[in-house]
Amino acid sequence: MNQAVTEHLQNSAVSEGHEIESKPSVIQTKGLDLWYGDSQALYDINMDVQENQVTAIIGPSGCGKSTYIKTLNRMIELNDSVKTKGEIIYRGRNIFSEYSVEELRTQVGMVFQKPNPLPKSIYENVVYGPRVHGIRKKQVLDEIVERSLRGAAIWDEVKDRLHKDAYGLSGGQQQRLCIARTLAFEPEVILMDEPTSALDPISTAKIEELIQQLKTQYTIVIVTHNMQQAARISDKTAFFLNGKLIEFDQTVKIFSNPNDKRTEDYVSGRFG
Amino acid sequence: MDKHISVREQIQQNIARRKKRPFKLEKVAPVSLFIAALISVLTTVGIVLSLVFDAAMFFKQVPFWEFFGSTNLSPLSHTDPKFGILPLINGTIITSLIAMCVAIPIGLTSAIYLSEYASARVRKIVKPLMEVVAGIPTIVYGFFAYSFVTPLLTHIIPSLGAKNALSPGIVMGIMIIPLVTSLSEDAMSSVPNSMREGALALGSTKLEMTFKVIIPAALSGIIASFVLAVSRAIGETMIVTIASGSSKNFTFDITQSMQTMTAYIVEFTSGDAGSGTIGYYSLYAVGLTLFVFTLIMNLVAGYISRKFREGY
Amino acid sequence: MKSGRNQRIMLRQTMDKSMKNLFFLATMFALLVLGILIYQVVTQGASWLDWQFLSGKLSLNPERAGILGVIVGTVLLMVVVGPVTMILGVCTAIYLEEYAKKSKLRNFIQVNISNLAGVPSVIFGLLGLAVFSRMFNLGSSILAGGLTMSLLVLPIVVVASQEAIRAVPQYLREASYGMGATKWQTVRRVVLPAALPGILTGFILSLSRAIGETAPLVVLGIPVLIMPIPNSLMSDFTALPIQIYYWTLDAVLVQEYANLAAATIIVLLVILFAMNSLAIFIRNKYQKRY
Repeated sequence: MNQAVTEHLQNSAVSEGHEIESKPSVIQTKGLDLWYGDSQALYDINMDVQENQVTAIIGPSGCGKSTYIKTLNRMIELNDSVKTKGEIIYRGRNIFSEYSVEELRTQVGMVFQKPNPLPKSIYENVVYGPRVHGIRKKQVLDEIVERSLRGAAIWDEVKDRLHKDAYGLSGGQQQRLCIARTLAFEPEVILMDEPTSALDPISTAKIEELIQQLKTQYTIVIVTHNMQQAARISDKTAFFLNGKLIEFDQTVKIFSNPNDKRTEDYVSGRFG
Repeated sequence: MDKHISVREQIQQNIARRKKRPFKLEKVAPVSLFIAALISVLTTVGIVLSLVFDAAMFFKQVPFWEFFGSTNLSPLSHTDPKFGILPLINGTIITSLIAMCVAIPIGLTSAIYLSEYASARVRKIVKPLMEVVAGIPTIVYGFFAYSFVTPLLTHIIPSLGAKNALSPGIVMGIMIIPLVTSLSEDAMSSVPNSMREGALALGSTKLEMTFKVIIPAALSGIIASFVLAVSRAIGETMIVTIASGSSKNFTFDITQSMQTMTAYIVEFTSGDAGSGTIGYYSLYAVGLTLFVFTLIMNLVAGYISRKFREGY
Repeated sequence: MKSGRNQRIMLRQTMDKSMKNLFFLATMFALLVLGILIYQVVTQGASWLDWQFLSGKLSLNPERAGILGVIVGTVLLMVVVGPVTMILGVCTAIYLEEYAKKSKLRNFIQVNISNLAGVPSVIFGLLGLAVFSRMFNLGSSILAGGLTMSLLVLPIVVVASQEAIRAVPQYLREASYGMGATKWQTVRRVVLPAALPGILTGFILSLSRAIGETAPLVVLGIPVLIMPIPNSLMSDFTALPIQIYYWTLDAVLVQEYANLAAATIIVLLVILFAMNSLAIFIRNKYQKRY
């Protein structure tokens, strides 16, 4: 860890430390096991995601962090060979049995690793979600577009070319459009799977800033393999290794004084 | 923007409403798509059943051994019609052999040129033109064989009949060149470059590399292309119908008219008007034989090229 | 010793060069024949190709023969073939790529389709004769011919559509599912629009195959040289390739029929050329932007 980050962490620990504990949990994972075919990818995961916080998930490649976050909105089921055991409770209901995937995904939205706008106009990208869920009035859709694009801090850059192809945007703009697209259907939780790994440092900074703004209204879970990023933006951090949750605690604690030797080795850059 | 419409609430309401009245399209879509996909299976079933049923009607009247053992084909004889398929099989094989004599050497050398020698620019021009050659309707080739190639060949072989096996055989071969070329070229260009580099590094010329390394490595793909070409030639109809005529003699003289299985079907069909007669049923007996011939060829080609793909 | 070795290398290099030229000539051969074919057809038919020929009715007198009815026949045939192959082909492709997954059933249908593509076209004629003409009592109508032709070119559309659908990147599907879209919504709103250029290209190519295909129609049809202009899908009909066939056959009787055949071939080739250019245009214009 570099000096600046450590200091930043210590400062924020002082200012925010107590608040964190009091927030209610939104998603509770209880004893989650997951297999791809015969090979097990997640072992007995137990963790709670709390309201209006940024929860970061870190760990080396192949540790299961991406698998886990995709399980939270059941995107993982696009892979036919996946089997799960255990429970994930969202707002008191089991996501596997008491939600339809469509209902779940409108409440738990997702932003992907590589910006993936649909090959349509900027406007059409934003209204895709609301349209799919039966909102058709043009006036309402227009409002949604402006609100969502403002929410993702990209309105000023695109307001004059709403009906132009989304692929004309830069990578960073595309990713903010994807965030706007998620805000459009007003989910409660936003999952972000390494959202900045394909972006340049300036775009990354913009997205990180955006995440800080979003957390006042949304609960955010973010997978990242950039430890500094986790330290900068998250309130709590989970460390995954070989499909197991090794440690889950306040971000400050994880980065300054972890309980587990393996966590310490990882955050201090000894492997990964 | 002051009046905030809760999109979330509206969406949740819509979803709840849809839950009560399950979204019908979602259930209907896969079923309808499946039914559409079944049509292709039904087509195969339809082909096999119609061929087998009507051929069975034929074999009730003409013994099996006579059909496959006799060289006497005179379906139109009023007193004593004969249905030996051997002249047709003979005609089919001979015209196909002639076609292969053209298509295989030229198709393969073109493939070698395009895969090993040609520059990217030449490939970019030649390959679409080859597609044009393959895309010309066979009826046009038939016209070409009959009204241009046959008269041309008569200058060389004065005894050549106006209808003969040679001219349609050659034209059929030309038509099939692009098939052999593109499939063989695919096989050759999927040989890994490391093998080329290896051969060239040992001082081989491109020619030696091609014949000692590339062709052996791509052999099964190349052979599969030959087999498919034969299958195409056997099933080809209009060229032979027009230019090879309808003689039902059992002969090996390629300067004379001979009839193929496909040409027989075209000659003796008269829409549904003739249905129920022995002549009508004979179409299906010949059709079934033709179908089995080409099916076997296609399966063999598929088997060979699957083996080939396992190679790498 | 050394000069012997040099000589051998020279020999090998000369061999390489001369064979290269031979290979080149072989490659040019098919193209040369194509050139001769087009030249021959054009010189033979061009002078017959006038407005009267395009707009007139069929006639035994070659001077007065026109192919309006033939063109109408081909157009009506495509009116049947177009929608039928498009709907069946695209639906089959969607089923195989998006719904069937890796099941045995999928494999079976897939193998079946590739085998169908290898069945000689004349056999499809026999199928059409037995099923559409006799069983469904459609006779030698445009409908019977069109349905037969649809089954013949179906594999082309299916395979092209499958390739186009497979080329739609998975991350676009994920984007749609991630916003809570159902499978059908994803297919209809994301996958199909993205695959459309590829599907259209395959569709046009399948139509151009159907326009030139002769054997199945000849098997279904009644061999009459003069056919009135068709006025419905249930009419008996003739189409460009059939008319070329009859005129070529009967050129033995009236020599000028060969010229009429050549003129009709020019019309057919121009149509095919236009369609293929359109297919290439679509392919180039809508190349992937994601």
